[in-house]
Amino acid sequence: MSFLEISGLHKHYGPVAALAGVDLSVASGSRTAIVGPSGCGKTTLLRLIAGFEAPDQGRIALDGEVLANGGSAVPAHRRGIGVVAQDGALFPHLTIGDNIGFGMARGDDKRSERIVELAYIVGLDKAILKRRPHELSGGQQQRVALARAMAMKPRLMLLDEPFSALDTGLRASMRKAVAELLEAAGITTILVTHDQAEALSFASQVAVMREGKFSQVDSPRELYLRPRDRMIAEFLGDAIILPAKISGGFANSPLGRIPVDTADNRDVARIMLRPEQIALKRTSREGMSGTPDMLFGEVTESEFGGSMCTIAVRLLNSADPPDAAAIGNTPLVLRKPGMDAPAVGEIVRLTVLGKAHVFA
Amino acid sequence: MFPTAIAVLQLLPPGGSGAAPELMQSAVDLARSGLGSDTGQRTLRRTAPWIVLAAILVSLLSLLPLAFIIWIAVQTGWETVSALVFRPRVGELLVNTGLLVLLAVPIAIVLSVALAWLTERSDLPGARLWAWLCVAPLAIPAFVHSYAWITMVPRLHGLWAGVLVSVIAYFPFLYLTVSAALRRLDPGLEDAAAALGLGPWRVFLRVVLPQLRLAICGGSLLVALHLLAEYGLYVFIRFDTFTTAIVDQFQSTFNGPAANMLAGVLVSCCFVLLGIEVLVRGEERYARVGSGAARYQQRARLGRATIPGLLLLLATTLLALGVPFVTIGRWLVAGGADVWRFDEIGLALGQTLLLALAGALLATVAAMPMAWISIRAPGPLQRLLEGCNYIVGSLPGAVIALALVTITVRIALPLYQTLFTILIAYALMFLPRALVSLRASIAQAPVELERAASSLGRPPLNALWSTTIRLSAPGAAAGMALVALGIMNELTATQMLAPNGTRTLAMAFWSYSGEIDYASAAPYAFIMVAMSLPLTWLLYVQSKRMAGR
Repeated sequence: MSFLEISGLHKHYGPVAALAGVDLSVASGSRTAIVGPSGCGKTTLLRLIAGFEAPDQGRIALDGEVLANGGSAVPAHRRGIGVVAQDGALFPHLTIGDNIGFGMARGDDKRSERIVELAYIVGLDKAILKRRPHELSGGQQQRVALARAMAMKPRLMLLDEPFSALDTGLRASMRKAVAELLEAAGITTILVTHDQAEALSFASQVAVMREGKFSQVDSPRELYLRPRDRMIAEFLGDAIILPAKISGGFANSPLGRIPVDTADNRDVARIMLRPEQIALKRTSREGMSGTPDMLFGEVTESEFGGSMCTIAVRLLNSADPPDAAAIGNTPLVLRKPGMDAPAVGEIVRLTVLGKAHVFA
Repeated sequence: MFPTAIAVLQLLPPGGSGAAPELMQSAVDLARSGLGSDTGQRTLRRTAPWIVLAAILVSLLSLLPLAFIIWIAVQTGWETVSALVFRPRVGELLVNTGLLVLLAVPIAIVLSVALAWLTERSDLPGARLWAWLCVAPLAIPAFVHSYAWITMVPRLHGLWAGVLVSVIAYFPFLYLTVSAALRRLDPGLEDAAAALGLGPWRVFLRVVLPQLRLAICGGSLLVALHLLAEYGLYVFIRFDTFTTAIVDQFQSTFNGPAANMLAGVLVSCCFVLLGIEVLVRGEERYARVGSGAARYQQRARLGRATIPGLLLLLATTLLALGVPFVTIGRWLVAGGADVWRFDEIGLALGQTLLLALAGALLATVAAMPMAWISIRAPGPLQRLLEGCNYIVGSLPGAVIALALVTITVRIALPLYQTLFTILIAYALMFLPRALVSLRASIAQAPVELERAASSLGRPPLNALWSTTIRLSAPGAAAGMALVALGIMNELTATQMLAPNGTRTLAMAFWSYSGEIDYASAAPYAFIMVAMSLPLTWLLYVQSKRMAGR
């Protein structure tokens, strides 16, 4: 049963099409992330859902109620949709307490009680309520913005890159806290972000957006391992893309015979592996002899990066390649734990874990 | 880009009031935070003893009028002072002036906020043209506004007439500050309020209006100080305020204690206004919280409200521009060729330009050390010195003139009614205008250039001259132009201080209209307006550019 239903949404700014036919359905109580490069139209979509702007064409319905249909739209203040903006958009002329209570009825006797409660829920100290927004850190400001949006018990919560202004460590913990909090409150959430890792870890449904359209909407795992095309694959993370010949559920590729996720047979195809699907095992030149079906490589570069190292491996032998010459000279770039990464010049044995994905 | 434009906004006052810069500075707190605080105090000590000394001298000089008023009060003795101050006439003037401010300022606030919203945030047809028309009344000196009204409605007089003409003549100050603030508001906040369930009206009242508070405070103070300082406007419509009473008193008893004590009360009124503004403004910060670029603002659809909106702008334009232009035009037509006495007009124009340019030059040179310190070496000393200048800048021209008359007559008689004294008066009155404009342009000249020049072997002052001062020339020129504009339309101080035989455009206009020879006065009004219009255009363009449009 879908809670938010968007169909055929179009929006133009002058000659520029910000949205060119967006369809989306969001289940009640779920978390959806919309991810895409900047300028792809994701913020426009969010603004249309929030009601800050009206679409040129298309329909938005929430819980059976039509919010926008073509040019006619319910204004934002009658939608009951919470929004947390990138910078929090806290009112600089009000205290934190007044910010949180902004959407509540002013005569309410339980107002101050509820403000304290909300502050507690988002993990803010009570003492902070008397302060002003500019006295708070970025993370605290985001928490206030969230509490403020939750105060009006929204049916739907829209998060517009709310974590992007925070530093790396804080970002992950805020993301987790917010996800848990909204889950507990049972609020359906849509997160807009340009950070794929954020999208994948936050949501149960991820929509990849490009040039005003969704290229693929799927669960994070599905999206990551079975992207529809090369651009989606590379947007969501590092990808190793190889030419291959597919038959009988296996691909013959420069990396040998690899099981694939399709039963079709194809002479010319491209397969995708995530770098973490390639395991390395230290060996030596002597260890290479007499094992023609195994795959070996030499480490040509190694870049230390703290917990993870980036290493480049040049294949030394290649089994049954359709165009081995082409791939043979291009090193594979892999990220491995820094503690036990092979050094430059070492010989490693490569094995492929799991199945490769075949692009349609 | 940003500071220049703010400076231009700050430069507006055509009368003696220069308190505006400081206030609007606070209204646009953003500007200050960015200005070279990184250069720090060390620069001050290392390279700038001369500059600091010069700045201190200028500040001391600017405090002279204030010091003299206090000195005279002390010398006169308490009994005479209290006899002069606590009398029905002073009470009457206090009530008049107070009522004027209390009525005119709120009306101007409401009008300006409405006009600013219509021109900045609604889809009103021709918004850009209307915005310019809302600024254009600044080109018309207040006493010309008054002249236009009195010749159109001869029976106009008293408090309500004063309120009417005051609002018309001075609302653009509020309009400029409010519309600039409106342009800079973060539309994200309005979106956030709408998402929290507030309708458009409540968003305006609870989010937009509170954020305009600083702009409204600054603009209101500016308008109120002008009302206190204005002379010609109220003489035409026979409404007595402190300033008119001081000038009357001066004309009848010269610089007697009576005039000086009235001036003392007027100065206290100015300080009360400054204090109220500080209290109301509070310590709050209204800048954008958070990072990232603000979205573009959307303009509200007026729909059926378009017609009333247009009518409001049309009515304002007719009252503020239509009436003066029609009146001047009518008198020019009625007077025909006879009123264009070119020898006389030429002489007045020449004298006016000479005074305006010399005064502008002096004010700019005097402002230079202070401007440099406030950018390159900000600190408590600089704030103190700047504060002195702004306070003096907020005093009415009549008060400064009276003080200088007293000083020259008592201490340096040969200087009385000389070019020197009147130029000093202009410099004191208009120093803040020159200061903000210079400060903004110096802020844009990177300190690295000065250092590079030093490292290439130039001594400090030479390095300063060949880099920063050269680069700040355009800003200095703009500041000079605005000081010149102020001097050109200045009447009160010029009348009291100018050497015998001086006849500026404003003085000639004043004496003809005093003789009810309105036709002969018209060419002078026409020339003053024609010379001021390009400067208000400049002002308008700069205030637009501030918002990056």
